[in-house]
Amino acid sequence: MGFKDYCFRKSLWVFHFGGASCNNCDIEILDCLTPRHDLERFGILLVGSIRHADVLLVNGSINMRDKDRLLELYHQAPKPLLVVAIGACGCTGGIFAEGMTFAGPVDKIIPVDAYIPGCPPKPEAIIAGIVKLAGKK
Amino acid sequence: MSRKTLIPIGPYHPLQEEPELFKLYCDGEIVTDIKWETGYNHRGIEKLSESKSYDQVFFLVERICGICSTSHPFAFANAVEEIVAVEITDRAKYIRSIIGELERIHSHLLWVGLAGHFLGYNTVFMWAWKYREPVLDLFEMITGNRNSYAMFKVGGVRRDIENSKIPAIRKEIAVIRKKIDLLTGAVMDDPVIHARTKGVGILTRQDIIDYGAVGPTARASGVDIDVRRDDPYAAYPLVNWKVITAQAGDVFAKAEVRLLEMYESASIIEQCIDALEKMKEGDITLKINEIPEGLGTGRAEAPRGEVFHFVVSDGSNSPARHKIRAPSYTNIATFKKSCIGQTIADATLSLAAVDPCYCCTERMAAAYDNSSGKKILNANELIALSLKRTSELRKSGTGHE
Ligand code: SF4
Repeated sequence: MGFKDYCFRKSLWVFHFGGASCNNCDIEILDCLTPRHDLERFGILLVGSIRHADVLLVNGSINMRDKDRLLELYHQAPKPLLVVAIGACGCTGGIFAEGMTFAGPVDKIIPVDAYIPGCPPKPEAIIAGIVKLAGKK
Repeated sequence: MSRKTLIPIGPYHPLQEEPELFKLYCDGEIVTDIKWETGYNHRGIEKLSESKSYDQVFFLVERICGICSTSHPFAFANAVEEIVAVEITDRAKYIRSIIGELERIHSHLLWVGLAGHFLGYNTVFMWAWKYREPVLDLFEMITGNRNSYAMFKVGGVRRDIENSKIPAIRKEIAVIRKKIDLLTGAVMDDPVIHARTKGVGILTRQDIIDYGAVGPTARASGVDIDVRRDDPYAAYPLVNWKVITAQAGDVFAKAEVRLLEMYESASIIEQCIDALEKMKEGDITLKINEIPEGLGTGRAEAPRGEVFHFVVSDGSNSPARHKIRAPSYTNIATFKKSCIGQTIADATLSLAAVDPCYCCTERMAAAYDNSSGKKILNANELIALSLKRTSELRKSGTGHE
């Protein structure tokens, strides 16, 4: 078992960064925590500070104002860190990619480990993505 | 001289339409001034809209806000249909209203949950979000997606609601109604919720008029406005319903208005599906060959208030200018009135009351000492303050357990 696997062996703590999004992805992420889907049964917990997080979820297109803040968060995070881009916006910029303030997509700014496409992805898809990522050796 | 403290809340509240940075200036525990900054969520939608065809703009405007993803297409359709000067078929009108009202139920439930979370009632949060799921299931059944429904187009709707699905919809609505009963009972009867929300964040009738607030925020202060009645569109003039108002203008009144509005929405949906059942399937869209030159305005009542779209057409296949005004834009200005003079714990609640979505503030909020720039309170401590207040109230016997 490598060092990285060792770090991600137990409960993953997740920090959620919402860029210039339409909120749907954010809501579906929160929805994962509520009784129907209940992510916490996998030990996955949403935390309030990036310094406690193992996973950084990024959704929404990243505009010029968000870009520096995202970078700063990435630098503040303890490594190793898994970065997950959620939704069409997170993966490619989606419908906002031609916008005048667009500065992304996420993978141009920080390295991304997993992409969960969809607009918005269903909570099931988000859970499947994170579980797959956690199980990857 | 007393020491002034600056508490920034934000900039990222992903559950709001517009992520913003609020700066609360505090003297001790009392908020003395509030300022806000916007732009963190700027995506250039109005400009983007000019590069898309009328059919594509619908997909764009429904992505302005995920929670109101029907209100914007609604207003845009009203605006374009004003330019073309067509009246859509009755079946399309009913379908539009059904989607609009389902959205209102899901949005209000979401707000009730988040308000509960802010009060330290995570049970309410979990319940409300659990009971939101049947609404989303209905959406998935009718439109094929849980959010962002892509139902609207110029001249009608994209998909029909088959008559064979109507009994299932009726059954679901009955279930949802029961859940709303349960939730309303739990919120309305709880003495601690009364103690935390009554008399907090009061907006008088005059404040609402001065700031031009709209939607449930205005209706909770006795201002009787609702676009659905005042400037009728879709099927709203064809069904029976009433505009809910309250007089007190505090957080409790806002909760009351929203909870009671959900019943009206449920009743509108029931009347609409009854009407659909009697109609022939398939008559849902008109053929629109071209969009002539002209100006059009469209209004719609979103869960949070009036959405306004203004479209200029030059006869080509994309808008020459598209102006959008969302309800939160005016509602947010009322913070100047509702928060000043409150304690910090109550101010966060008043903020949450005006705009339904205020869940994620805690992640980035922190309090700084203005003179030294040292951090004194972080987000979790702020939330903890609010929680502490609730538990104190509980202990002091305001709540009987
Ligand atoms: S991917 Fe779609 S649902 Fe998610 S933030 Fe972007 S537009 Fe909204």
